Amino acid sequence: MEQLIIFIKKEFKHVFRDNKTLLMLFGLPIAQIILFGFALTNEIKNSKIVVCDYAQDISSIQITERISTSKNFEIKKTIFDKEQIEASFQEGDVKLVVVFPANFHKDLYHFNIAQIQVIADASDPNTAATLTSYINNIVKGYQQELNAPSIGSIKIVPEIRMLYNPELKGSTNFVPGVMALVLLLVCVLMTSVSIVKEKEKGTMEVLLVSPMNPFTVIIAKAIPYFFLSLINLTVILVMSIYLLDMPMNGSMLLLYFVSGILILCALSLGLLISNVTKTQETAMLITLMGMLLPVIMFSGFMFPLENMPAPLQIVANIVPSKWYYIIVKSIMIKGLGIMSIWKEVLILSLMTTGLLIVSLKNFNIRLQ
Amino acid sequence: MRPLKFLLKKEFKQIFRNKALLPMIFVMPLLQLLIMPLAADYEVKNINISIVDNDQSSYSKELTSKILASGYFQLSGYTHSFDESFKLIESDEADLILEIPHNFEKNLSRNGFEKLFIAVNAINGTKAGLGGSYLNSIISDFNQNISVKLSRNSPNLEFKSIEVASLNWYNPYMNYKIFMVPALLAIIVTMIGVYMCGLNIVKEKEVGTIEQINVSPIKKHHYILGKLIPFWIIGIAVFSIGFFVISWLVYGIIPLGNLFLLYAYLGLFLVALLGFGLLISTYSETQQQAMSVSFFFMMIFILMSGLFTSIDAMPDWAQKIAYINPVTYFIDVIRMVVLKGSGLGDITKHIFIMIGFAILFNTWAIVNYRKTT
Amino acid sequence: MKTETVIKAVNLTKMFGDFTAVDNICFEVYKGEIFGFLGANGAGKTTAMRMLCGLSKPSSGEASIAGFDVYRETEKIKSNIGYMSQKFSLYEDLTIAENINFFGGIYGLSDKELREQSESLIEKLDLRKNANKLVGELPLGWKQKLAFSVAIIHKPSIVFLDEPTGGVDPITRRQFWDMIYDAAAGGITVFITTHYMDEAEYCNRVSMMVDGKIAALDSPANLKEQCSAATMDDVFYQLARKAKRS
Repeated sequence: MEQLIIFIKKEFKHVFRDNKTLLMLFGLPIAQIILFGFALTNEIKNSKIVVCDYAQDISSIQITERISTSKNFEIKKTIFDKEQIEASFQEGDVKLVVVFPANFHKDLYHFNIAQIQVIADASDPNTAATLTSYINNIVKGYQQELNAPSIGSIKIVPEIRMLYNPELKGSTNFVPGVMALVLLLVCVLMTSVSIVKEKEKGTMEVLLVSPMNPFTVIIAKAIPYFFLSLINLTVILVMSIYLLDMPMNGSMLLLYFVSGILILCALSLGLLISNVTKTQETAMLITLMGMLLPVIMFSGFMFPLENMPAPLQIVANIVPSKWYYIIVKSIMIKGLGIMSIWKEVLILSLMTTGLLIVSLKNFNIRLQ
Repeated sequence: MRPLKFLLKKEFKQIFRNKALLPMIFVMPLLQLLIMPLAADYEVKNINISIVDNDQSSYSKELTSKILASGYFQLSGYTHSFDESFKLIESDEADLILEIPHNFEKNLSRNGFEKLFIAVNAINGTKAGLGGSYLNSIISDFNQNISVKLSRNSPNLEFKSIEVASLNWYNPYMNYKIFMVPALLAIIVTMIGVYMCGLNIVKEKEVGTIEQINVSPIKKHHYILGKLIPFWIIGIAVFSIGFFVISWLVYGIIPLGNLFLLYAYLGLFLVALLGFGLLISTYSETQQQAMSVSFFFMMIFILMSGLFTSIDAMPDWAQKIAYINPVTYFIDVIRMVVLKGSGLGDITKHIFIMIGFAILFNTWAIVNYRKTT
Repeated sequence: MKTETVIKAVNLTKMFGDFTAVDNICFEVYKGEIFGFLGANGAGKTTAMRMLCGLSKPSSGEASIAGFDVYRETEKIKSNIGYMSQKFSLYEDLTIAENINFFGGIYGLSDKELREQSESLIEKLDLRKNANKLVGELPLGWKQKLAFSVAIIHKPSIVFLDEPTGGVDPITRRQFWDMIYDAAAGGITVFITTHYMDEAEYCNRVSMMVDGKIAALDSPANLKEQCSAATMDDVFYQLARKAKRS
């Protein structure tokens, strides 16, 4: 026991003496929370658009005005020639062009029908679809008011309630994702590198010939990172609740319990990686190149899982952070209890147990 | 130049001899590029709606069928109470609820006014926003139809309508992959550049071989070039495979712009990027440090590059950060040139800024790399 | 022996913060001699050597190596010296031939010289069969002999050896010293630090560093006489005992 404590102290010293490691361990989650909380939104606002106005009459100007007062749009310039549309897009920042044909007003009042053309830069299809639908709504609103005097004012008023996230903040979606990402990656990285480093330097042999049980060595390696990760989790939670006003509707205890499982899972994965690699460089690259993108993609916080083709949805199931992400959302935002999420917790636990067994076995084989 | 030749020979031998490293450079990133775009589909489709029809009138049924016929929504529940529908939201089976109140039809005909209740699961802001917006426009269409119907009796009907015809340029089928593939390629090149270059020099420091180099008469800039050139070439090679094989052949993205321009920009970007990796390595003593620092910056580079979320929507201070991120410019250029066919004139600003980055990072790194302590 | 001075240090000092690692040392080394640089761990040997090689800037004092100044002409010094560090520093993931080629190349050997040198080197070290083996796979003794050969591949006027025989078996150590004598006979000045006192006996002259200062400097025979000691071990023990820091 005493040996274990000495060993754990040594590991903590390794970490806290190195300010660059600390930057990753604590700087990264803090920076991410701030970025996700305040900088990154999926909201579309201030999109730059161009108006191509062949009509320049009262109707086209009125509609243009309505567009420009909407917070979604910023009219970059008005052009009078279709030939310039392509060039506007190629310059880069213009997302949409609204074209009013000549005689727009005349058509509207003589023939009762007029047309507006909306050309969107669909290289980003989402923004294109959203912006087009915004323009559509603005035009519909204008049309309704135009017709109100002649056909009476029948009005259906839709009352929209945004559940869970009334201000449509991106952070509600992202914070649980960042927790999953940071806890998993940082922990895997730290564990695998710290073990491989000892292998590379030959100090692992010194430890293994010491009277300590090899498993004590592994446990002693894991405990500091387990606690560091819990501290990390606390930092993220405090920041997201007090700084980003994230809700905490469920049980904190349950959240820590589940996070503990995820951290354990990451530690086992780290051990597994350290078993199969010989150099720090390889261990780092496996984690950073091999795991970063898949974890971001398959957790479901950046891209909706239901959009993925079926085989990839199946692949996503083996990414532990996917389950953790669902659990965190359910606990923090929806305030659900263990009864509603026991399935996900069970899957995560089974995964962790499996990984732990495989990695310990692997470690044992290597010893012989 | 002769020492440079020996340095390059040595670097290439070391890289190609490292059996663990090669798959990490070529196979893993490209495999990801192949698979990830399928996953990175942010297109909002399959918005699941649950409808609570308390009215059961011809109006409410007409509205329901209009919504389902629009193609935007999928009916996941048709329930008798709001609570039942809410359960569907909790279990993520429904994204939004439309509740049609009692006497919807009666009140509309009598008072010319009625409310509809919509509840949206807004955890995913984009889906919520777009879903709400679609539903809104269907309702306002429906509103107009009823207005017209009700006023049929009046003889002097003058109904004005404005049609919005929408065109989607550059990506008419609204395929999200076309948007993601080039940007993911950019990210992969960035990862290879920063990680490999950053780690490589620190590895020599940690193993001790750099001592032997420092005590030799080799020139600083030769040594640094000897490190940069191999990774520059590898960066170009990985990009080319990703671009021609995966992006072009597999995903069918045919670049509209000038390939020479794209490669020139890639070359410039790599110089800046490798300079950054070098800079990290001059500040680190161990591989663990280099990795920690590069991972930190890599995350910020990825998140602040406009890869996943639009830079326009960021607050001012965040836009400033995005604009001091070299990756932002590369993603921008690759999307512009490949997808829209932008030319030299359109990316002049990007070129000058990248030259600035390249000079800044490399000069800083060379000044900071010391053979003598 | 001709007394042409190739290393000259005058009041050479290196401070790290307020710790004086090397304290005002003065000495000269003559062409073709084997100069032993002894001292307990932490006495300042390696720091002094790194300054002479141009790896570390002195805090004060003067030194010239092969006639070049350690402040201004470090790059010229580097072309004229060879260096073998305590830590093995050839590339373990390159083969023997590739290492020879690489280091010869960066010291500016021509292709012809390179070919000849690596031929004779491989021959001399009896590595013909293993020339295409990765250096990492060699036993330590061979690695050290190879590292020494590589350090003098460009025929420097001085070679600095920092504890070159640490961890090597006695037979290989003998072979290593044979190589050192060969080099010295070829006109290369050898500057060597070591912990082995029997090796100190092989040197023409030795200096003893204690607490950053040079406590004694003379031939092994004279040193033994001055201290009235039977072996260099005793000399070392007598001098090193006075050290205040360890």
